[in-house]
Amino acid sequence: MKVLKDLSKEYIYQLLEAVKDPEIPVLSLKDLGVVRDVIVKRSSVQVIITPTYSGCPAMKTMEDDIVNHLNSNGIEKVKVITTLSPAWTTDWMTEEGKKKLRDYGIAPPEEATEDKSALFAEPQKVECPKCGSRNTKLISQFGSTACKALYKCDDCEEPFDYFKCLK
Amino acid sequence: MILGHRMSQWSSKGPILEEDIAMSNIGLDLFGQCRMMFSYAAEVEGQGKTEDDWAYKRPEREFYNVILAEQPNGHFGTTIARQLLFSLWANFMYRELMSSNDQTIAAFATKSIKEIKYHLRHASQWLIRLGDGTPESHQKMQEGLSSLWSYRHELFDIDEVDETLIAAAIAVDPNQFKEEYENRLKELIAEATLQIPEEGYRAKGGKEGIHSEHLGHILSEFQYLVRAYPDAKW
Repeated sequence: MKVLKDLSKEYIYQLLEAVKDPEIPVLSLKDLGVVRDVIVKRSSVQVIITPTYSGCPAMKTMEDDIVNHLNSNGIEKVKVITTLSPAWTTDWMTEEGKKKLRDYGIAPPEEATEDKSALFAEPQKVECPKCGSRNTKLISQFGSTACKALYKCDDCEEPFDYFKCLK
Repeated sequence: MILGHRMSQWSSKGPILEEDIAMSNIGLDLFGQCRMMFSYAAEVEGQGKTEDDWAYKRPEREFYNVILAEQPNGHFGTTIARQLLFSLWANFMYRELMSSNDQTIAAFATKSIKEIKYHLRHASQWLIRLGDGTPESHQKMQEGLSSLWSYRHELFDIDEVDETLIAAAIAVDPNQFKEEYENRLKELIAEATLQIPEEGYRAKGGKEGIHSEHLGHILSEFQYLVRAYPDAKW
């Protein structure tokens, strides 16, 4: 068992690197920007997280994974607190996270170039994570999970997921 | 929650696979939003209830949703019309609630408006695509819109509870954006080459727990498991 007096915020953050998004297992919760803060009080740890999408079914699993992982590292008193404010945005995803997403075959969120309220603006041209082409088209705003949209590449003809930009 | 349930009923029945997924995801967002509010309601009440108590253990007369939300899915055009009438309202409502005096509600609105914008966009684009599409899609979209048109008024009804909360700047009077709502709707309808429907049956009473025949059927399905197997865990 770990000596408890060694507990530091940095150490907890380091441990949390190993907790992955259950839906996208290459991303850690830290890469995703879901972990907002860690508070260490003597032997107890509070991890503050914020949900990506309100209805994201992975949130409960993320909470459990955090608790289990810290428990298995000898930290027994772990509390996960969900905060809604400030609301999660894809800006919080780390560069490292974006790269991992691309390598995994999911196009990472890109800065929206169009006005979101404009109805008829051409949907964004997203770079195909497989061949790098921008000759792609939006198939559906809603993809395999709430956070993704479905695209198709017109060059390599592969369909792919795009992690939607949320601001 | 009721609208989320209606959207979930499209799962595996969507007109195309992409729409099947889209409607299920919209339903999921709505469920997520209602879970946040139910959890908050339980916390404010302080009687040890959870979100599940509000969802599964209330009888029909204790549901205060608008009657629009419980209307049947009909065909795809009907669902799009219902989603448009609601999402447009929610878009304005959440925009205003972002500056609520209650911090939890303000955070909820800030979070949820991002999702609602996607829903609104989805419904608006389909309204236009179907309205300005083939003669058949035009006719069906018009029919869907006309059948639900006057249900929108109920979204602007306020009761004494609302008045108290509005006075405390916790809630918002939707009538302050009704004109904006109506204008935006009319623009979209014109864009879709559809006719503005005539006013018909004007639903009211949802806030008092008086519903259309549909809510009871929804709840009997929705609450079945919890009522048949009390305290079941899954």
